[in-house]
Order: sequence, then C-alpha cells, then structure tokens
Amino acid sequence: MSFGVEDQAEQFFRSGHTNNWAVLVCTSRFWFNYRHVANTLSVYRSVKRLGIPDSHIVLMLADDMACNPRNPKPATVFSHKNMELNVYGDDVEVDYRSYEVTVENFLRVLTGRIPPSTPRSKRLLSDDRSNILIYMTGHGGNGFLKFQDSEEITNVELADAFEQMWQKRRYNELLFIIDTCQGASMYERFYSPNIMALASSQVGEDSLSHQPDLGIGVHLMDRYTFYVLEFLEEIHPASQTNMNDLFQVCPKSLCVSTPGHRTDLFQRDPQKVLITDFFGSVRKVEMTTETLSLDRDVAGFESKFPEEELATEPLKYAEQLPVAQIIHQKPKQKDWHPPGGFILGLWALIIMVFFKTYGIKHMKHVF
Amino acid sequence: QVQLVVPMAVVFGPGSVPGDLPRPLPFRDVQEMEISVNCERPPCLSLPRPLLMGGLADAALHPLQDTTLGSLTVYVVPETSSLLPQGINVYVGKHRSALVRAVGSLAALQARLREVTQVMSFTAASIAAALSDRVPDGRLSPDARRDLKSSLGYEITFSLLNPDPKSHTVDWDIEGAVNRYVKPVLDKLSLVANFSVDSQILYYAVLGVTPRYDKESSSFLLSAHSLPHVINPVEARLGSSAASLYPVLNFLLYVPERSHSPLYIQDKDGAPVSTNAFHSPRWGGIMVYNVEAPASPQASFPLHVDVDMARVMEVFLAQLRLLFGLSREEVPPEFLLEGPGNEGLADWELDHLLWAHTVENIATVSTTLTSLAQLLDKIGNIVIKDDVASEVYRAVASVQSAVTKLSLGHLHAAFQASKEAVTSSERAFFDPSLLHLLYFPDDQKFAIYIPLFLPMAVPILLSLAKIVRETRMRKKEPTKMD
Repeated sequence: MSFGVEDQAEQFFRSGHTNNWAVLVCTSRFWFNYRHVANTLSVYRSVKRLGIPDSHIVLMLADDMACNPRNPKPATVFSHKNMELNVYGDDVEVDYRSYEVTVENFLRVLTGRIPPSTPRSKRLLSDDRSNILIYMTGHGGNGFLKFQDSEEITNVELADAFEQMWQKRRYNELLFIIDTCQGASMYERFYSPNIMALASSQVGEDSLSHQPDLGIGVHLMDRYTFYVLEFLEEIHPASQTNMNDLFQVCPKSLCVSTPGHRTDLFQRDPQKVLITDFFGSVRKVEMTTETLSLDRDVAGFESKFPEEELATEPLKYAEQLPVAQIIHQKPKQKDWHPPGGFILGLWALIIMVFFKTYGIKHMKHVF
Repeated sequence: QVQLVVPMAVVFGPGSVPGDLPRPLPFRDVQEMEISVNCERPPCLSLPRPLLMGGLADAALHPLQDTTLGSLTVYVVPETSSLLPQGINVYVGKHRSALVRAVGSLAALQARLREVTQVMSFTAASIAAALSDRVPDGRLSPDARRDLKSSLGYEITFSLLNPDPKSHTVDWDIEGAVNRYVKPVLDKLSLVANFSVDSQILYYAVLGVTPRYDKESSSFLLSAHSLPHVINPVEARLGSSAASLYPVLNFLLYVPERSHSPLYIQDKDGAPVSTNAFHSPRWGGIMVYNVEAPASPQASFPLHVDVDMARVMEVFLAQLRLLFGLSREEVPPEFLLEGPGNEGLADWELDHLLWAHTVENIATVSTTLTSLAQLLDKIGNIVIKDDVASEVYRAVASVQSAVTKLSLGHLHAAFQASKEAVTSSERAFFDPSLLHLLYFPDDQKFAIYIPLFLPMAVPILLSLAKIVRETRMRKKEPTKMD
C-alpha cells in the first residue's frame, strides 16, 4: 500500500482529535448471555490491538462468565467455536464489574458526575479533542436497553447524556455502536452534533446470535459483532479504510437483521472518516526543531516561592471527612413515593362513595 | 463583551520623538482595536485593546524595570541608533520591555507598537484559538487548538526507556537535572498552574515500529509517517498517578538497542531532525538518545551509559514550551528576541499564556453555567444542594470580577479570579447529585400509576355518576309529591 507522505500528513490533520477513548458496556449477566460478554471482550481486544491503552478504555462487564461454575473451560471466554480464540486472556482490565454495571454508573461515567473518591481508571477523562467509541450490547427493545435484568436505560436518557457531554465538550466525535434487538431505536433520539451511530437491527427486528459451541453449550457471539470483528481483523494501525466500509458489514443475507446507521449529526463525510479515528489511537506528531539553550554551570536552585513550613498538627479524624458537605445535604430521594395522605384520601373517597351508593346498611356486614 | 487591556508605557530617547507628536507632552492616547470572534450563542467576545501611551521627553533611558504582569514598557531609540543591529527594528527583552527604532510619523510608530503588542501579549488568532471549542465548527481548522488546555495543574513524568538492558546500563541523574534545569522553569510557570514531577525507568519497553536501515549513513531511520504509531505500545506501560486528575505530560528518553544504533528521526522531507526528538500535542515528547558504539570490539557488555542531562533537558524543556504553545516561529523578521535563558520562558511569554488561559477560563465558566442552567430548566424537580448553590454564586462573582480586572489591565488578579471561577463552576456542574436519572420524567410516573388506579377508578366513577343521577331525580320529585 503506497501513499505519499503528504497525503498521510493531510489525513492526520483532518480529524482534529488528539486522543481516543472507548467505553465498552455489556449489559447482561448470567450464563446464557455468554455471547454478550464475548462480544464486548472481542471489541476490547480489537481496540487494544489497534492502539488504545487500558487507561483510555472503560470496560463494564458483569464478568461472571470466566469463573462461572458452568464454564467447562474456566478462566476463558471464547468467541469462535472450537475454542479458537480466548478473548478473556491474561491482561483484561475490567473497570466496572458485576453489580457495578448499572444505568446510574454508566451515566455517571458518560457525564462525569462521579463521586470524588472514584479512581482514575473508572473515569472517562476525555476532553474536547477526544474521539470516543461507545459499544453497547445486551438485550434491548424499542427505545430501551435492559441492564442486568433489573433496570433499563431509555433512548431519551442516552440522548440527554450525550447532550450533557457535548455541553461540556467531553468529546470531539463520538461513534456509537449497539448490538441488541431493535438497536436502531436507541439512536433515534440523539440530537447532539458529531455523533455517528451504528446498530445491528432496525426497530421491529431481532438481532440473532451466530454460532453455538456444543462443548460450552451456549451461543458464543452475535452475528453483527462477529462480522464487524472479521472486518476489524483486517485493519491495522496504518490502514486507510473508512466508515463507509463499516456500514457495509453484515448485509441482510449474513445477519438476517438489517443493520442501520445514522450520520446526519456528523459533520464530516463518512467517506473521509478512518476506522482508526475511533478504533485505534493514531496520534499527531510534530518534529521538535527548537531547543532551549541552558546554562550548564548552574548550581542548586532556590525557588522564588519557598514552600512555607507550616507547623500543622495532623488532622483529627472528624476533620478529614467532608462533614460540612454531608450535613448540608438534603436527603437523597431515591424513589418517588406519593405522599401518604394521598393514598389515605383516595381510599376514604372510595369507601365513602361505595356506601353512599349502596346504602349505609351494608356497613354492619363489613364490620 | 470582554475587554482586554494592555497597559503600555512608551519612553522616547533623545532624537527619537516623531515630528507630528501632539504637544504638550506627556499625553495619553488610547488605541482601540475591536476584534469580534463570531459565535453562535452568547457569550460573544469582542476585544477592544486600548493602548495607553505616556510620552516622556527625557533623555536618559531608564534601566529596565520589572513591571507588573500584563503591562509593557517600550523604549523608542533614534532611527540611526546603533543600539539595534542593522535590519532589526525591534528588540524584545526577556522581561517586559522592548526597544523600538523610531520612525518618522506618529501613525507609523503606532503601527509598530501595535506589532509589538501582538508579539508580546496576544493576537486575535491566539485569543480565537483559546476559544476554539466555543466557536461553531467549520470556522476554525481542526487543528486550530493543539495547545494544552488551561488546567489547575499538570503532572510531568520523565521516563527512561531501555529496551536492551543487556547491552546498556543507563544512568541518568534525573533528580539533579530536575533540580537544576526543570525547577526554574516550573517555578516561573507556577503562576499558571501547579506542577508535579515524577520519573521512572522502564526496561524492555520497545517502540512499536521497526526502524529502517539506511546504507548511506549506516544508521537506522524512523520515518515521519511511522512516528504516530510509536507512542501507543509504550503508553500502555507508562502509567499515571491514581489520585490526581490533572493532565499528564510524558517526556520519554529512548536509548535504542545495540542492534538498532544509531537511530535517527527523519522529518517529512527525509532530512534527519537535529534534536532527534518529536512531540505530540497534548501528550508529551520523545527523544532518542544514541549511544556511541564501543571503541574496541572486545568491550564488555553491558556498556555503562551516563546520560548528558543538560542536552536532554534542553530538548525536553523546548518541547514543554511547544506543548504550551509558546513558539517563537511566527515573529516578524525584523524582530530580535532575547533568549530566555535558564528560566525557560520570558516574562512576556508568561503573559501570553496568562492572557490565553484567562480568556479560556472565562469562556469555559460562562458555557458551564449556561448549560447548568439549561439542565435545571429541563428537569424541573431536581434538588439543588446548598453547597452546589454556593459554588454557583461564587463562580458568578469570580467571573464578573475577572472580567472587570481584565478591562482594567490587572492580568494577575484577573487570572486568579478566573481560576477560582473555573474551580467553582466545575465543582457545581460535576456534582454527583445532579444526575438526571434520579428524577423521573412525568410520562414515566404516568405510565406506572395509570394501570394501578384506572381499574380501581372505574367503579368509583360509575358510583359518582349514579349519585349525580339520583340527586337530580330527587330534585325533580318534590314537584310531583303532593
């Protein structure tokens, strides 16, 4: 593949991003959802292979496959039948595992409204020059995605989260890929600029799984992700493949469902967007042509701002906690309960109407 | 509307006063240049820049004085003076003063002074670049803003990469180098942000690219288009402090393997780069340090290598300057700039940074508070905690004070106020309690309670209807009764 160095330089400066992030979410748990974990881990492997480091990947998995008692090959998660490729490997770094994969944590990661005690690896520290890849897989429906069988995230909430990210300029461009049933419904409501979305199936269609492995006993991958991964296997960090090729992956003959995509919010032409803009991490570099001339005979340095040696006693335990913050907090209202008076009033109304209608003589039968 | 003021004092040497200067001296002249950076939604910034000129007809040149942040002193020397070398019309010192060769008319002098301000303080382009993420897309090229974003602190990490410990035992006196060369620069920059420095040595860390062997120079070459792929495999091993959230600047010193020595970096045209180093915007820089081949073939491996820290630090500190956007390349040719020496940057370059960061901070605060207000409008029943409210008030007060101080020309105070404003507004915006998930939209409440209450309500409504009918019939009856 020969291309002029000039062209390369031009390509570099077209996208305008300086770093890449990836948020990979698997929203299911339990053994029979093996394929969703394998999907996410395969995308994780590809993204790492193409250059995004673990510090820039937020991986959310239920992580109950590798050590599941029903796994005939413990500590492995396979993505191809005949156990060809172990995507779990030795160096997988799961940031949110098991019960930490909740809608709340996912939205906190996206919007950045994270409690201050969260470590760096669990945060999305993107800035206005970051390209972010968001991959979600699991069970979904028309307008929602199920999280761990207990809660859902709606497409409205997701669109609002992206808008919050845009307001704070937490991304330069965003690629959203979803592999669930009726996945196209999840990107219908997006309204922030610079988002491109791909889904494995349209509203009303189901995404199907690919191949079961008789040794493990479950389906290993979903069709759409399987073919996307075959496509990504041919991408290497210097390749020039663009997004239009990704849109063609998995036609209806192979996937049974119709994959969809949405590019109207995206500023650039998808033809000009490289796959490695989102899946890889290709940095812009500049040659350093200037040097500073330093005087080598410099003795020790005395700072202009000497650090003041304050005689501080070690803080007492109570002073180290953010007490002021805690006591000024209004109680967090987790669930909205109607006020008790309402229920009582309603029942009083029901009883009153009942006895007014049918006569007070029925009272003695009740009590 | 934000006004940026550069207070500038002009001192005329003897014989350098332009002929058409209005009498009597001293006088003050205010020059305004209005630059509007068009943007879609408020706040739009237009930047008038008044230049104050106080003329002095005294003979003696005053010694260079340390002036306050943001202000400039310009000394005008006669046209034929030999203080300035031939062909050079402006000499910019490393503090906040400049020597300007006189010109005939006041208008030409003003034009020259305007040029001086552009070099020493800010240009419309630099302010627009600071605001680049607020300007609607399409107006600026994608790589308009490659300098580091304004932040409260930065972490600097120096890493020594030794891929071949069997051949080289590399010793670098990083602590001494940091104390001697890096601390002065960081001290000067301490006004801008807090810096923390750490260092590490990584063994068996290879670059991701295999260099090409070049027979002519009998050396190995890394071409320009393979450089972007060098950083990624290394980055996975670099690590960063778990506790701090500040952006990290990585400076890597790579000692190539024996089998790949000497290693040179080629730029786009194929010429070797003199510093043998390259940098990536908002990330850091890499320098390749070649070790000479041992004189005798029987030299025992591993070779002991003592790194020349001064040479390395010259490159790293130059890269640090470039990462911050302090480049001296766009200066007009008739300007001569004094080198900054061990301090790393001149006072007026510090001012440059402060102007850009102050404007960026003010823009960030205003968009943050606006979007916070929009969020609260959209979700009506969000609960605002007391401390979030107080942070918002503090942010608004600080940003207003920053804008006033900018219009008075007090750069230091304006910058401190803008820093406080950014801290408060970020704390308010990113408060964990503002997650809109916790507040149910009305249609969800509807959807939950209707299936519960509707079946229950059916007999009630029927009974109510029955009551109403009975009452109406009873009202009609008395007319029938006798």
